[in-house]
Amino acid sequence: MSRISVVFFEVEILDAKTKDKLCFLDKVEPNATIGEIKSMFHKSHPQWYPARQSIRLDPKGKSLKDEDVLQHLPVGTTATFYFRDLGAQISWVTVFLTEYTGPLVIYLMFYFRVPFIYASKYDFTTSKHWVVHLACMCHSFHYVKRLLETLFVHRFSHGTMPLRNIFKNCTYYWGFAAWMAYYINHPLYTPPIYGEQQIRLALIIFLFCQIGNFSIHIALRNLRPPGSKTRKIPYPTKNPFTWIFLLVSCPNYTYELGSWLGFTLMTQCLPVAFFTLVGFVQMTVWAKGKHRSYLKEFRDYPPLRSPILPFIL
Amino acid sequence: MASSEEDGTVEEKENNNKKRTKSALVTAWLTFYNIAMTAGWLVLAITMMRFYIQRGTHKGLYRSIARTLKFFQTFALVEVGHCAIGIVKTSVIVNGVQVCSRIFMVWFVTNSIRQIQNEESVILFLVVWTVMEISRYSYYTFSLLHHLPYFIKWARYNFFIVLYPLGVAGELLTIYAALPFVRRSGMYSMRLPNKYNVSFDYYYCLIIVMLSYIPLFPQLYLHMLRQRRRVLHGEVIVEKDE
Repeated sequence: MSRISVVFFEVEILDAKTKDKLCFLDKVEPNATIGEIKSMFHKSHPQWYPARQSIRLDPKGKSLKDEDVLQHLPVGTTATFYFRDLGAQISWVTVFLTEYTGPLVIYLMFYFRVPFIYASKYDFTTSKHWVVHLACMCHSFHYVKRLLETLFVHRFSHGTMPLRNIFKNCTYYWGFAAWMAYYINHPLYTPPIYGEQQIRLALIIFLFCQIGNFSIHIALRNLRPPGSKTRKIPYPTKNPFTWIFLLVSCPNYTYELGSWLGFTLMTQCLPVAFFTLVGFVQMTVWAKGKHRSYLKEFRDYPPLRSPILPFIL
Repeated sequence: MASSEEDGTVEEKENNNKKRTKSALVTAWLTFYNIAMTAGWLVLAITMMRFYIQRGTHKGLYRSIARTLKFFQTFALVEVGHCAIGIVKTSVIVNGVQVCSRIFMVWFVTNSIRQIQNEESVILFLVVWTVMEISRYSYYTFSLLHHLPYFIKWARYNFFIVLYPLGVAGELLTIYAALPFVRRSGMYSMRLPNKYNVSFDYYYCLIIVMLSYIPLFPQLYLHMLRQRRRVLHGEVIVEKDE
C-alpha cells in the first residue's frame, strides 16, 4: 500500500547584494506561490510590502512572478531565494489618474484665462476664434476618455511601478499641456492658414482616431478575463476599427499618433507638433518592445504585422 | 566530416583576423584623432600666448583664434560618436553634455554676440579649456601608444580640480555679460503673433542655461573625482544601480 506524504519546503530569503539571511520560513506548502511567500516575508519585514519585493533564484537573475509555484521551480526542498528592494511603489491606476487629471485641469485654466498667465486685461475673457473652443473640447474629451478608460476599461498586468515614475510622468504630461495650452489660448493666437477646411479635416481625423483608440482598448480588455494576467494574440473583431490588427501589433499607439496629428493640424501650433513627435518616439519604443515580446512568446504570431506603422515601423 | 571541421576552423580564423584588423583600424583612427586634437589645442595655446606677448593686451585675442577654436571644438562632436559605437568606454550622456556645452558657448555665445568677445571672462575659459584639452588628448594619445608618462596621467586627473570651477566661472560670467546685448537685439527670438503659434526668447533661454549649471556641474565634477580616485588610487567605486 502506498503512503501519500506531503513534503514541506523550507524557504530562506537572502539579500541579493549582501547575501545576509533576511528570513527563514519552514513548513511551506509545496504548492505555495511566490505571491504567498512574499506575504509571509512581509510579515517578518513590514517595511517591505509585497509590491516592492523582487524575489529571484539568482542574485543577478530575473524576478520570479507572483504566480510561480514553489514546487515547479528548480529548487531543492530547502529553497534559497534572493531579495531585492524595488523601492517605494505606487499603483498604476494612481499614476494614470494623476498624470491625466493634470492636463485636463491645466488646459482649462489657460482656456478660461485665469489671472497671472496673460496680460491682466485678458483675465477671464474668451478667445474670439471658434477653433480655440473646438480645441478645448477635443483636448478635454481626450483626457476625460483616458480617465474613464483607466477606471473602467484597462486591465493592468502589473499592479505597481516605482514611485519616482509619477514625478517623471507628471512633469512630462503637465509640462507639455501647459506649454501647448499657453499658445492655443493666447490672445495673439493665429488660427490655421487654410481655415475651415483644415479644421474640419483635422476634426474628422481626431474623432476617427479617438474611436479607433477606444475600440482597441475594448478589444484588448476582452482578450483578458477579469483578474487574470494571461496574454493572448489580439485579432480583428467585428468592429472595423480593429481590422488594423491585421497590419499592426499596437494599433492603440497608431490611433493615438493619429489623434495628436489631427490636433496639431487643428491648432497649427508648433508646441503641439513637438508633443506629437516626442509621444511618437516614446510609443514607437514601447510598440517595438511589445512586438518583440509577442514574437518571442507566440510561435504562430502573424508575420504581416509591424509594431506601430503598417509596413514601415 | 573532416572537411566541414576544417571549414569551421578556417571560418573562425577568418573571423578572428577580421576582428583583429578592425581593432587595429580603430586604434589607428583613435590615435590619429587624439594626436590631431592635441596638436590643434597646442596651436591654439601658442597662438594665444604669442598674441598676448606681442600686443600686451587681450583685446582682439578672441578674433585671432576664433576660426581655429571653432574648428577643433566642433570636431570634438566625433567623440560622441566614439562613445555611441562603443570604441571609447565613456558614457554617451556624460560626453554629450560636455561637448554640447562647449559647442553652445563657442557658437551661440562668443561667436554670435560680438560685444562680449573682449571680456576677461572669455580669456579665462579659453585658457582653462586649452590646458584641460591638451592634458586630456595627450593622455589619450599616450595611453593608446602604451607609453603613458605618469606626469600626464597626474595632470589629467588633477588639473580639473581647480580648472573645472574656474572654467565654469568664466563661462557663466561670459553669458551674464552677454545678457543685455541679447535683450536689446532680440536675437534668435520669435514673438507672437506668428503662424506657428510659438514664441522663443533667447534672453530667458540663456538664463535657463545658466541655472542648469547648478544641477549639471556638480554631477560632472563628482564623476571626475570618482574617476580620479579609481585611476590614481586604484579604488573600486561601486556606482549606485539605477
